[in-house]
Amino acid sequence: MLRLIALSKTYATGDTALADVSMDVPKGQLVGLIGPSGAGKSTLIRCINRLVEPTSGQVMLGDTDLVRLGAADLRRQRRRIGMIFQEYALVERLTVMENVLSGRLGYVPFWRSWLRRYPPQDIRRAYELLDRVGLLQHADKRADALSGGQRQRVGIARALAQEPELLLVDEPTASLDPKTSRQIMRLLTEICAERDLPAIVNIHDVPLAQQFMQRIVGLRAGCVVFDDPPDQLSESALTTIYGAEDWHAMRQGDEEQAEAQADAKRRLAEMPV
Amino acid sequence: MTEISHYAQVWSHRTPRKRLLMWLGWLALVALFVWCWQIMTETTIWMFVTDAPRQAADIGGRMLPPRWGYLPELMNPLWDTINIATLGTIGGVIMAVPVAFLAARNTTPSVTILRPIALFIIVASRSINSLIWALLLVAVIGPGLLAGIIAIALRSIGFVGKLLYEAIEETDKRQIEAITATGASQAQILSYGIVPQIMPAFWGISVFRWDINIRESTILGLVGAGGIGLKLNASLATLAWNQVAVILLLILGTVIISEWVSARVRHAII
Repeated sequence: MLRLIALSKTYATGDTALADVSMDVPKGQLVGLIGPSGAGKSTLIRCINRLVEPTSGQVMLGDTDLVRLGAADLRRQRRRIGMIFQEYALVERLTVMENVLSGRLGYVPFWRSWLRRYPPQDIRRAYELLDRVGLLQHADKRADALSGGQRQRVGIARALAQEPELLLVDEPTASLDPKTSRQIMRLLTEICAERDLPAIVNIHDVPLAQQFMQRIVGLRAGCVVFDDPPDQLSESALTTIYGAEDWHAMRQGDEEQAEAQADAKRRLAEMPV
Repeated sequence: MTEISHYAQVWSHRTPRKRLLMWLGWLALVALFVWCWQIMTETTIWMFVTDAPRQAADIGGRMLPPRWGYLPELMNPLWDTINIATLGTIGGVIMAVPVAFLAARNTTPSVTILRPIALFIIVASRSINSLIWALLLVAVIGPGLLAGIIAIALRSIGFVGKLLYEAIEETDKRQIEAITATGASQAQILSYGIVPQIMPAFWGISVFRWDINIRESTILGLVGAGGIGLKLNASLATLAWNQVAVILLLILGTVIISEWVSARVRHAII
């Protein structure tokens, strides 16, 4: 479905963000992209829909090489790629419905989008998607009136409104609490399974990636250093990706934190109201 | 607890050198002031200055009581003044919007050619006072309301254009990126990614400028550009101080009301 061939990106400052990245993403596969900050995860995702222009290489979406396209063709191809952002990137002052409908911008002429006269089937579909992500009753609220988890659901609905063939997801849970993060990841994986959608998900949280992804790609300094199913992600693999660290102690730390959270929750529940 | 003895006990905000420089700087300022005062008072005729309180009291006395009967006659010129301000603001805003989009670094189609032109338009409009615009326009298109409206509009382009282009440059890039990623065209990116973000600034700036324009348009009549300034000019020329008092009070009232309206509108938007 998506094939990256020798994709490289060197910024004008001389920093090499991506060096010769090649990978195949078949239909329906969830790929978790992990790696330390500055490894090029965000650049890789943005090179695919050319929000960042790659320096060299090919991005094959089906049979089309996105890197070679002119502006008008690129716009047409971008419709096939839905994108979900770290801090939701909703248009804050528009309503939830307008945000979801903005996923149709690539399909409708300017006057329709300007007058908000979207075709009836687009509107029906937007309502279906809002229902699917559980926000039907919030359709006419302004986006900035929603909570973080709700906003990310709108972000998901907006991406799906494009009827994409591929999802690019940039740190979907970085600004969410652990519980909401899991809910959002679950929703994403369910939706991808329903539609047989492939997705590339940038993710900071390694346990979360292991729990929800079918394949983990580790990036370090712009190079792919790991590419296997999540159960292969051993401590030595983590060291290759992130550098030396006492991974066992860190996991113990995670467990401790989880225990502390559970304890705090229990005590809150016991408190007289 | 052990006492740490090797740290310095004395701390001063500035080094001795900086303190000396500060002192010299203040000395220079005082010297400058004294020098300026001497130049300023060289040609002053002190008899007039000492006379000032008596003169002021005299004019004040002539202003009282205000000639309230003059008020009905002022309603038409006042209406003209409000129209000059409102139509001028609308015209100025309409012209300022494209200029602002050309001047903003993130929306200009050409940084090397169009952006400097737009910035020049903004500076040119801002550097000339409305009264001077009105003087020029009265000479060009003759006295009357139209000259006033255009003067206000030309002066407003710079103010609105500058504040608006700064607002455009401060928009959140991620929202624009997200709209771009959907496959939207440039026009759609503007209308979905940027316009909603600058709407509060746009209305705030426009209403603020309207409020300023009400004040500015009250004096345009002094140079023949219509409105209440014409009446003020006439009353001043005939030394009808009790009419001047009525006009000044009316202007004060109008400005207070326009400030109130502008504050309410801005509060409602933000």
